[in-house]
Amino acid sequence: MGKNLAEKILSEKTGSDVKSGDIVVSPVDWALVQDTTGPLTVREFLALELPKLANPAHTILFIDHAAPSPQKQLSCDHTFLRKFANDYGAVLSDVGEGVCHQIMAEKYARPGDVIVGADSHTVTAGGLGAFATGMGSSDVAAAFGLGKTWFRVPETFFIRMTGKFQNHVTAKDVILHLIGLIGADGATYKALEFGGDGVADMSVTDRLTIANMAVEAGAKVGLFPSDILTQEYLTQQGRAGDYRSLTADAGAVYERIIDIDLSNLEPTIAKPHTVDNTATVTELKGTKVDQVFIGTCTNGRLSDLKQAAEILRGKRRNPGTRLLVGPASPQVLLAGMKLGYIQTLVEAGAVILPPGCAGCLGVHQGVLGDGEVCLSTANRNFLGRMGNPEGYIYLSSTPTAAASAITGVITDPREVA
Amino acid sequence: MLKGRAFKFGDNISTDLIAPGRLVHLRSNLPELAKHVLEDADPTFAARVKPGDFVVGGSNFGLGSSREHAPVIIKMAGVSAVLAKSVARIFFRNAINVGLPVLVCDTDKINEGDELEIDLASGIIQNKTNGETLTSGKLPEAMLAILNEGGLKPYIRKYGDFQI
Repeated sequence: MGKNLAEKILSEKTGSDVKSGDIVVSPVDWALVQDTTGPLTVREFLALELPKLANPAHTILFIDHAAPSPQKQLSCDHTFLRKFANDYGAVLSDVGEGVCHQIMAEKYARPGDVIVGADSHTVTAGGLGAFATGMGSSDVAAAFGLGKTWFRVPETFFIRMTGKFQNHVTAKDVILHLIGLIGADGATYKALEFGGDGVADMSVTDRLTIANMAVEAGAKVGLFPSDILTQEYLTQQGRAGDYRSLTADAGAVYERIIDIDLSNLEPTIAKPHTVDNTATVTELKGTKVDQVFIGTCTNGRLSDLKQAAEILRGKRRNPGTRLLVGPASPQVLLAGMKLGYIQTLVEAGAVILPPGCAGCLGVHQGVLGDGEVCLSTANRNFLGRMGNPEGYIYLSSTPTAAASAITGVITDPREVA
Repeated sequence: MLKGRAFKFGDNISTDLIAPGRLVHLRSNLPELAKHVLEDADPTFAARVKPGDFVVGGSNFGLGSSREHAPVIIKMAGVSAVLAKSVARIFFRNAINVGLPVLVCDTDKINEGDELEIDLASGIIQNKTNGETLTSGKLPEAMLAILNEGGLKPYIRKYGDFQI
């Protein structure tokens, strides 16, 4: 019987013939933490009294969530992580070096890898065909020391995508649509595997955006095949040698198949306070927006800067609407500068934030005021997420966010551009 | 046998509601963070909960972040188990890893303030207030083995590896 991608990767890693439902202990290729989960992970690792990191060069500590630190307690957490990385030989990615999931994609994740991270959006690397999943600090601490973890091999939903995007409809609209369709717990404990003709010309950037939000449907992983576009991406990153082709077998078994025709998709939004509370932009047109935030591990890539710059070129943000732009990595920021996108965005009234998670998690750089509305390209709109339970977060694609920054109300990008 | 009162919450209680992101600076001071547990879902909860009590949620309890601080501070507040109709994947595993039992059952039959008695071994939940008996699904063997040792840290310290 053919294997789906999750079964294929875990079979290869464990050297056994695994199928969904099996419990396996798998080697881990990369283990990562960030600054909000890392200190607990490090303390748990030290308490395990294991002699050393199983694989220091593949153990990565990212300082991205509260970077630069806005508070002394967080500064001390950062110091603690730096010291641990130094003492144990782990890799440190410090303030300004980018969002962990973007850096995993740019520098480390390879098709077929098993990646565990103390951050739920570790799933992002599934866009490159890696079995990447978020876990808690104890699990990652064990992976730090043992170089392995246990998994229940998930059942898989196959998301079969066909057709081509309409203008100003993006990968973000696909994943918001899917989560609205199946619900915030619609894929709990499952793998989401994306395939079909629509994937063949979907850039790795788009795949990362979709995989990033698999967890918002409850999924363990969001997996894309590794193909010619994966090869091109890795080659551009100077990692041609990391490429390998990886696709599900013919006759792979899926628990459920969901069809999405990309050509029928509308610009989509998730309303407060759950990601599955979706509506089309048309339905929400005119809702006042106090702050627009473009960035994060979901939509802080070069293609997002490009989409935003194309819509905002020669225009100004609405005076009543703040516009925050957070490139996901220095590579994105530098390319955005070279190509003129950053200048265009600043001329349009944007504040450029340093590479990192910025306002997404409510620590700094965009905390909402009471009753304020943010239209964000991040992945979560939970009550309190942006630092204030009296705030309202709507999630959208970058074109929708950019168009709305101009008008000050939720706006269909097809009408502005 | 666990005994205590039910504190009832709704569906989709996220890790942001359990351990708000704005308090991220307290994550290296868990006793202080525990004073704010579930604050954005019920600001009175932390002051009212007593050792042994239960957190009872609806569907998709614990969705969101991988922050293990969420189940840790529920446990630190004295809660002896979480009951919910369904539980988000990462939270479920984190709770077991920190030694906080999670029972999946029909929580519509539990009301705020109900007195509950739970036998973890059998998964039988007696609602002493309304006389209902509920049964929770069994944990996977791997999780049961970890919970039986009191969590992942004691488990690894005992076995030195995964015995799965």
